[in-house]
Amino acid sequence: MIVLVSLLVALMLAAALAALFFRDLLSAVIASCLVSLIASILFLFLQAPDVAMAEASIGAALLTAVFIIAIRRTGRYEE
Amino acid sequence: MRALVALAVLAVIATGLVLALSDIPFGAPDSRVGPHYNRSGREDTGAVNMVTSVVVGYRAFDTLGEITVLFVAAVGLGALLHRTSRPGGGDDREPASMVLTTGCRYLFPLILLFGTYIFMHGHLTPGGGFQGGAVIASAFLLVYLGCRGRRIGRGWASSVESLGGLVFVGLGLAGLAAAGHWFLSAFLPKGTPHQLFSAGIIPLIYVAVGLKVGVELTGVIDRLMEDTQ
Repeated sequence: MIVLVSLLVALMLAAALAALFFRDLLSAVIASCLVSLIASILFLFLQAPDVAMAEASIGAALLTAVFIIAIRRTGRYEE
Repeated sequence: MRALVALAVLAVIATGLVLALSDIPFGAPDSRVGPHYNRSGREDTGAVNMVTSVVVGYRAFDTLGEITVLFVAAVGLGALLHRTSRPGGGDDREPASMVLTTGCRYLFPLILLFGTYIFMHGHLTPGGGFQGGAVIASAFLLVYLGCRGRRIGRGWASSVESLGGLVFVGLGLAGLAAAGHWFLSAFLPKGTPHQLFSAGIIPLIYVAVGLKVGVELTGVIDRLMEDTQ
């Protein structure tokens, strides 16, 4: 269990750093979606299934969609 | 120079935060409200799910405020992106792939059913109006991505949204009138725990909240998607 959680936290940190440093904003948004997804799994492990549900549907699905729509309206690459 | 000033300000703020927060015993078991909710939540509200007994039982008025915040945000977005006429002409994007279309066709009813289950059983199982509504909105997002051209009816959406808010406030006023204690007091019989029809007004409020949140978040996606075409 502790190994799995540490692995997930490490992956989450890596995804968050990737979201910060990607020049391609679409990749950055997908990386931040991964952060939300892993956060929702961790919430489940912490015995908060309702928070996990909200995080998965809002953080991983709807927020990603809103960001992608915004990128479509503006530009895909950071200058 | 500016960086130095910023660093100094940050140091002052950090010192203040550390000084202010170091006296608060976070996680110490001397708070009495949590154990009280755990002990008597089921008798007081009839809900088996303790989170629900707090969110829609003890703190129902807060939930009404949260619903209002979401409503104001959706209305503000609608006002900003308002367009009187939908842009005509074809959709020049390439059509959705077969995987997405098939997934949309077969998964949409299942996700919708799951969202409805979550908010109808909010007083029994984890989840509630917000979670169920968000799941429903993600089902509609799948439709918007996979089955192009299908849109939510604006008239239906605003009717459901208004009805959800009215039911919430109406139940609160009915509680005020029937029990006479406070707004949103639990005036309906609580029934036996673990039953679908139990916990008084909590399932009714959660159905209203679930439909309202689902329609509102779908409306946000709808406005944004329309603006991109």
